[in-house]
Amino acid sequence: MNDTNPRTQAFTRAQLRRRRAQSKAFEYFCSGVTGLAVVVLALLLYDIFMDGYRWVDAQFLNSFPSRFPEKAGIKSALVGTLWLVGFTAIIAIPTGVLAAIYLEEYAPKNRLTHFIEVNIANLAGVPSIVFGILGLAIFVRFFGLGRSVIAGALTMSLLILPVIIIAAKEAIRSVPSSLRQAAFALGATRWQVVRAHVLPSAMPGILTGVILALSRAIGETAPLIMIGALTFVAFLPSGPMDEFTALPIQIFNWTARPQETFHELAAGGIIVLLAVLLLMNALAVFIRYRGSKQ
Amino acid sequence: MSDQTPILNAKNLSIFYGDNEAVKSISLPIFERKITAIIGPSGCGKSTFLRSLNRMNDFIDGVSHRGEILYRDQDLYADTVDPVEARLRIGMVFQKANPFPKSIYRNIAWGPNINQLGGNLDLRVENALKQAALWDEVADRLDDSALNLSGGQQQRLCIARALAMEPEVILMDEPCSALDPVSTARIEDLLFELKENFTIVIVTHNMQQAARVSDYTAFMENGVLVEFGETDQVFTRPKEKRTEEYVTGRFG
Amino acid sequence: MAELSAKKTRWNEWVLEKLFFFCAFVSVITTAAVIFILLEETLTFFETVPVLEFLTGTRWTPLLEPKHYGILPLVAGTMLIVIGAAIVALPIGVASAIFLSEYASHRARSIIKPILEILAGIPTVVYGYFALTFITPGLRVILPDTQIFNAASAAIVVGIMVLPMVASLCDDALRAVPASLRHGGYSLGATSFEVTTRIVVPAGLSGIFAAFVLAVSRAIGETMAVTLAAGATPNLTANPLESIQTMTAYIVQVSLGDTPSGSLTYQTLFAVASVLFVSTLMLNILGTWVMRKFREVYE
Repeated sequence: MNDTNPRTQAFTRAQLRRRRAQSKAFEYFCSGVTGLAVVVLALLLYDIFMDGYRWVDAQFLNSFPSRFPEKAGIKSALVGTLWLVGFTAIIAIPTGVLAAIYLEEYAPKNRLTHFIEVNIANLAGVPSIVFGILGLAIFVRFFGLGRSVIAGALTMSLLILPVIIIAAKEAIRSVPSSLRQAAFALGATRWQVVRAHVLPSAMPGILTGVILALSRAIGETAPLIMIGALTFVAFLPSGPMDEFTALPIQIFNWTARPQETFHELAAGGIIVLLAVLLLMNALAVFIRYRGSKQ
Repeated sequence: MSDQTPILNAKNLSIFYGDNEAVKSISLPIFERKITAIIGPSGCGKSTFLRSLNRMNDFIDGVSHRGEILYRDQDLYADTVDPVEARLRIGMVFQKANPFPKSIYRNIAWGPNINQLGGNLDLRVENALKQAALWDEVADRLDDSALNLSGGQQQRLCIARALAMEPEVILMDEPCSALDPVSTARIEDLLFELKENFTIVIVTHNMQQAARVSDYTAFMENGVLVEFGETDQVFTRPKEKRTEEYVTGRFG
Repeated sequence: MAELSAKKTRWNEWVLEKLFFFCAFVSVITTAAVIFILLEETLTFFETVPVLEFLTGTRWTPLLEPKHYGILPLVAGTMLIVIGAAIVALPIGVASAIFLSEYASHRARSIIKPILEILAGIPTVVYGYFALTFITPGLRVILPDTQIFNAASAAIVVGIMVLPMVASLCDDALRAVPASLRHGGYSLGATSFEVTTRIVVPAGLSGIFAAFVLAVSRAIGETMAVTLAAGATPNLTANPLESIQTMTAYIVQVSLGDTPSGSLTYQTLFAVASVLFVSTLMLNILGTWVMRKFREVYE
């Protein structure tokens, strides 16, 4: 500052102090607001835990739903969810990974490929209930599969397919091209290169994406409501064509009842659901950690 | 100049990236069991030319060519030719060593395995490593990851990997540019030994290396083949003025 | 040595490639199926109910007598949720993004980002539960006029649901602003507040806008929280403390009941779903278009 007038200097110094204070206040504001998000999460988890922990015990896990809260349990919902996720995984994972392989390794850069990729991006943003309507019209009615596990699994697969494809594409793209070049130079065909080098390298990323997609499938309710997953199911499915219920449906059903006790049951169901999700995400983190170590 | 038929022969070869002519009408013979060096300043098209010799340019979008490349009098780019098979005969070592993230053994064994070359695999791996002067250093740890080797060792591993395929020609794209002088010297010694069984085409920006190692030298500039001849002649009695300026270091 | 043999037609390679292509093409088939199904029933619906009445009518009572088929109450319900969610998610999301990209240490980032991911991963039915059993009672304490089912509770949890996405996208947008721009500001003696609010945020504005658009799209499509907490009363109102019904909640209501297929009520499901689908699609296209445009600005 060239101005040597002491009055102006004092004025500028005061101004500077104010601006710096303003800056600090802003920083605290932003960090406080961010902390708010953490607080909300803590609040949510605490509330649910307090509401429901009394109900989560072996009897709860091993009983069917009932009109009488003391006897009610989530056995059918938990098993139904496992059946649903199992079949969804069998359908969606190969389709999604192979689609990603096509798009990253084989597809020419033409308008058809671009069109396919636009479709995938758009489907990723379509509300899940629309997938439910699709499942209802096509799998339940048109293909006559009824309100079965397989209809639910097919619907869920379509829902999470874009998620898997996008994650797998990312993982495949991050494999360095020098690896592919080395393999091609040894006289390998494209599939040999993909199978022996690209896929193994991309596997951690693909698995992480798959697990996250399946987590999403476990928590989705709306599509299952649309295809008619029943809310009072007192049996376990024994085959893919059987009717079923699932954890989110059961939770929804109990929450929608006016009685307080059913709300507590719902909280118990939520605790089980969150536990399952926690396990899956821990698995994803573990895979990511092991994958990056290599 | 040798009278034998060259094993590879480029005739009026031009290579285009889209509309950009990166290699301009080159005619260049590669003689069997000799080392041919291609020198020239950065960006003169030597790597592009090298990659066309084993059809690695096929993987780059928008690349096209005019003229032809003959492999023993057969058009390498004919519709009837399978590029995968061409690469069995014409191998490549890249500028930066790119071993697979697998064990040393599996790096070398992979190529012969998928192409079902037959024979005793262990013996093949051992021979390849011996030919690449790496056997003594890794014989006791073939199951170690290739990524644990030093830079120079990894590049020799990549050479062994190419050798295991028993190709006729080995293309090398500046194989020593990422290595220290000691590793470079070891690989240069290697080339003298390999020459007895393999044809080698080596792209290098290191003129001294070209002068030391090669039998024939091609000098490229701006996509054009300025001069080609026996190495001795190109370096001591160059026919073109541009060649003389380059090899005496007046530019590039 | 032998010549190079003729090109072997590698059958298995060809078959594999076609198989992979089909897997990728499934996405196109899915979109076509969605459009076809929605369109078919919606057009049938419009044979009975005039389009104008559907789009501009202010009473929605397809399940009661007398029947009215004006969708505006459902749209209004959805809008209340969207606006409420935006009020919650945008300021907090942007402020969090600013904190993450401009102020947070590596450690802080490594804690906050996973927490946001957890928030994003919680199933929507859980948020519905939270709205009904925690937020609504809380609201009724503060504002006793609040009805048991109300738009505000649902809007708040939808905002929380959408918050991680907003924060993440804005964080990406702010981090994409080159460091050189910031350094220019700092070298002129500006404080971090001034650099952030006058240089960084304006530079990342298109990314922030894209985040906003995509968040709105997500809020429109949200189903479970609004079904549980916002009510089943189609209500053309601007009062968030009242019970309303969103488009998505209506679709759930119809499918939970016994509606014979082919009936007009059954068709309303598809008509409403069409509106839902078209609006989210347009917003998604807008959002990704804006995102792509802003990515070019720095190159």
